[in-house]
Amino acid sequence: MKYLSLLYLLICTACEFGATSRAYAHGFAGARFFPATLSTDDPFVSDELSLPTVTTIKTPENGGTRETDISVDISKRITPEFAIEIGDTFTALNPHEGPAANGFGNLELSGKYQLLKNGEHEAIVSIGLGVEVGGTGGRSVGADSFSTWTPGIFFGKGFGDLPTELRFLKPFALTGQIGIAIPTRASTRSITANAQTGEREIEIERHPDVLEWGFALEYSVIYLQSQVKDIGLRAPFDRLIPLVEFAFESPLNRGARGQPTGTINPGIIWAGKYFQLGVEAVVPINERTGNNVGVIAQLHFFIDDLFPHSLGRPLFGANK
Amino acid sequence: MKRIILVFILVVLADSARLEAHAFLKDAEPAVGSTVETSPKEVRVRFTENIEPAFSSTKVFDSSGKQVDKRDAHLDPSDRALLHVSVPPLESGTYKVVWRVVSVDAHVTNGSFTFRILH
Repeated sequence: MKYLSLLYLLICTACEFGATSRAYAHGFAGARFFPATLSTDDPFVSDELSLPTVTTIKTPENGGTRETDISVDISKRITPEFAIEIGDTFTALNPHEGPAANGFGNLELSGKYQLLKNGEHEAIVSIGLGVEVGGTGGRSVGADSFSTWTPGIFFGKGFGDLPTELRFLKPFALTGQIGIAIPTRASTRSITANAQTGEREIEIERHPDVLEWGFALEYSVIYLQSQVKDIGLRAPFDRLIPLVEFAFESPLNRGARGQPTGTINPGIIWAGKYFQLGVEAVVPINERTGNNVGVIAQLHFFIDDLFPHSLGRPLFGANK
Repeated sequence: MKRIILVFILVVLADSARLEAHAFLKDAEPAVGSTVETSPKEVRVRFTENIEPAFSSTKVFDSSGKQVDKRDAHLDPSDRALLHVSVPPLESGTYKVVWRVVSVDAHVTNGSFTFRILH
């Protein structure tokens, strides 16, 4: 029973931090370049590849467990406004006490449709639907046996239309998402034998619907120097985008309501012509999420710039 | 099947061999957000990529929104990433440069910036 509890805690932690290791899109709205954010999804559809995204953090479970996630994610435009995405994560759990575990998580598939893009106001809105395909990952690292569907809405807004008096705030931009993760199974039941009494014990784990929301506040040096004021920064510093990401999960029902988890992730992105590099600290917002600061880092390729005439263009419709 | 895969790989490699990307503004004269004491004879905008002149433009507007450049935007003959546009002698004031370019891989980018003249 003790080990079951520890395993459950490990699995919860794996799910929590695994959720931050997905790869997200980059794009343009008017004069604004939005980088691909590391921990929250943004509204762009594009052709891109995140290889790899690495997250590592020490969690308090089992006397201290080092969890490391390595994920890959690829996004492909079907039309200029619609893209599909596929991703997976390899997780290694190394507890201070007990055996280590590693394996792949469930396969993640998603589609995103860009509803609106306004260049003048640097604004964009998209909708999407993601699914974590149950039973495709390893149980030892917490992959669910059931699928979870997540419909969501995504937005992005640059501050470029602020008045001239506030011109040094124009390089700011905000992207964000809100969605509900809906598991296809309300609970799972496991039967174990008590080591001391030999009696069978039934444990029921409930799976609540979870409100997933987050946003990223970023300040683009690229935008500052090309739109507002050339302050003389040259390569590589002229391509930096400092940012802070906020990623939260709030269970909505099944006994878990009012127990939010999440992280605040300050970091920096360097965006080049064909790829970007990003690194962020992963700071848990409460003890339920964790007690230690982790790190997430990502190498992200712009397929649309690398292969503009073949892999990097939509399958149907004109390139944009 | 092997031939199809080989052709696919060759096409992708040929595509990547002529790498170009979205064109960002690299620098400009007068500089972005700068203040100058004399009217420039032209505005020059340099991009990070080579651009297609037929689909690219640079315009200069005064504070009332009137276009003041000589409508002769052209690519530098020795630098395919540099656009020039001539301007007449300009009075003191704030001017806005609006650009829209298509890089040679057909990606479109646009932007604007201001500079100020204080005689």
